[in-house]
Amino acid sequence: MENPVEIREVTYAYGEGALRREVLREVDLRVGPGEIVILTGPSGSGKTTLLTLAGALRAVQQGSCRVLGRELAGAREAERVALRRRIGFIFQSHNLLGFLSARQNVAMALELDGGTGERERLERADAMLASVGLAEHAGKQPGQLSGGQRQRVAVARALVGSPGLILADEPTAALDKASGQEVVHLLRDLARSRGTAILLVTHDPRILDVADRIVAMEDGRVVADDAARAVNG
Amino acid sequence: MNAMSDLRPAARGAMRAPGFLSGSWLAVRLAWRQLRSERARLASAIAGVMFACVLVFMQLGFRAALFESATTLIGAMRADLFLMSPMTLASFRPETIPRVRVSQALGVEAVQAAVPVYLAQASFRNPESGRRRMIQLIGFDAEAGVLDLPGLAAMREALKQPDTIAFDARSRPEFGPVLRMFQEQGPFAVQIGNREMRVVGTVEMGTSFGADGNAVLSEVNFRRAVRERPQALVDLAAIRLKPGADLLAAQAALRAIMPPDVAVLTQEELRRHELRYWEEATPIGFIFSFGSLMGLIVGMVIVYQILFSDIAGHLKEYATLKAMGYSNAHLSRVVLGAAGILALLGFVPGTIASAMLYGVIADATFLPLAMATERAVTVFLMIFAMCGVAGLLAVRKLRDADPADMF
Ligand SMILES: Nc1ncnc2c1ncn2[C@@H]1O[C@H](COP(=O)(O)OP(=O)(O)OP(=O)(O)O)[C@@H](O)[C@H]1O
Ligand SMILES: [Mg+2]
Repeated sequence: MENPVEIREVTYAYGEGALRREVLREVDLRVGPGEIVILTGPSGSGKTTLLTLAGALRAVQQGSCRVLGRELAGAREAERVALRRRIGFIFQSHNLLGFLSARQNVAMALELDGGTGERERLERADAMLASVGLAEHAGKQPGQLSGGQRQRVAVARALVGSPGLILADEPTAALDKASGQEVVHLLRDLARSRGTAILLVTHDPRILDVADRIVAMEDGRVVADDAARAVNG
Repeated sequence: MNAMSDLRPAARGAMRAPGFLSGSWLAVRLAWRQLRSERARLASAIAGVMFACVLVFMQLGFRAALFESATTLIGAMRADLFLMSPMTLASFRPETIPRVRVSQALGVEAVQAAVPVYLAQASFRNPESGRRRMIQLIGFDAEAGVLDLPGLAAMREALKQPDTIAFDARSRPEFGPVLRMFQEQGPFAVQIGNREMRVVGTVEMGTSFGADGNAVLSEVNFRRAVRERPQALVDLAAIRLKPGADLLAAQAALRAIMPPDVAVLTQEELRRHELRYWEEATPIGFIFSFGSLMGLIVGMVIVYQILFSDIAGHLKEYATLKAMGYSNAHLSRVVLGAAGILALLGFVPGTIASAMLYGVIADATFLPLAMATERAVTVFLMIFAMCGVAGLLAVRKLRDADPADMF
């Protein structure tokens, strides 16, 4: 079985000429099938940059970056857009569309698939919302939900399309401790039951326990790659 | 672990993007949901489009009314060919031609009749208030029946009497309640120039930008009313051909015998000559085009600002959609869909308002203003293009929604 993420000797720099600054230096990173990997490290160490490369949000400059079986080095914009449809993203803020209900927001992730009908999309959205514990809130707009509930809607939106990989960057940063833990555990449980791999960036030491493996970065390099103490499935 | 992996839905690789139609439908629906969520903004956008729509309808309406009314007189004449001075710019301000050209025309075999037409502006005293106002006098041989105006045929005999006129009932009201007075008391005296003349009937003709009102009278009476006009000069000659005669051949034959002080025009040519004056020689055509353009630009700016601020205010959401795999093209369709919705929502009430305004203005100005399907289609296309351009300008803002900056 192929690894969902297979990054080899990736080097990335922002700026050009005299302003050019390398923020990733020959980084190797692998996320196995169904594996939950947490990426940590000090601010500015390049975690987010690495995540955007794996998420096909940025063009690869040097090295090889295979995601869900696709080589992203040299990939065209349209290929990257197509690959993003198979990845579930969870951001620091929920970024839900304020004028849509929770159900409609989740269904937006399915509208990219021409094979689904409106009924099916809404049914799947409702089912997904139910599995994040928001069955009664499906018709509400984000403005009517709490911060934790909104982030759970974002989790539902990321998962409803059955992505092959979930990428999350500090998904708990905007939440209090209890709802942060709740969201991450929910994410872990749902990913586990579906066998979906997760690459999650966090500073938050309280959620490290969900990881199968913890990768630490510093100054653009991977400095530690430990099997976590969490029990593997 | 591996057993878990098998739970993954097999359909992943088979995912295909929605077709163009269903994709567009989803884009437009999203656009509508976004527009609908902010009522005040939607209302102001619709008001902006409506404003542009009404303005363009008014400008085009006035323009068409001007051009239509400018040729009322020509259209009312039952003639195949016309002799006119090549110096004449427009019929309300004609240059004269020698009267002898009219009889010369009879020398062409195909010509059945040739009649002089006299045109002049003279002051008309309002019989009620006594105020003077310039009226268009149209003099012609009452016997020949060159003019084909509703009500005129019945008055042929009456107009032969000395100092009689037929008043255009559709003249502007500033000339006084002539029609009502005539209906109440029969023929009565009015003052034209310094002469006392009798209104012996009314015709239906209509005002134009060149004439606020019209009076029809016989050749002899015209000369009495317009004393300064030398006998030997006329303004226009209307020529009727024998049945079955070839129009262009007759025109060529007339041109061959006429000296260069007259031009030989068909009715259609004369009408176009008249229109060209208003369109090209006066700034009026330009003013209306300019007015329409201004309306469209104002509307475009309003729609652009609404669409732009919708994008600018939701950059994170748009970037998130891009991260989820929405293409720039699809999001552009959302923005253009919003533009299309605004075009439609502004056009419909704008057209209804314009139709009502046309009625009000037509009553007040006596110009032939009315909603025409062809014009409505034109305005719809203009409004659509206006919103389309605004949409295309706003779409550029989508580039600022960069999913790489989302994390
Ligand atoms: N768009 C950009 N243009 C230029 N430099 C950037 C850009 N984004 C990030 N950087 C720089 O690249 C370096 C790595 O940034 P990155 O966001 O990947 O770090 P990070 O590990 O995610 O940090 P944090 O924990 O604060 O989120 C930083 O020094 C940052 O200033
Ligand atoms: Mg970061």
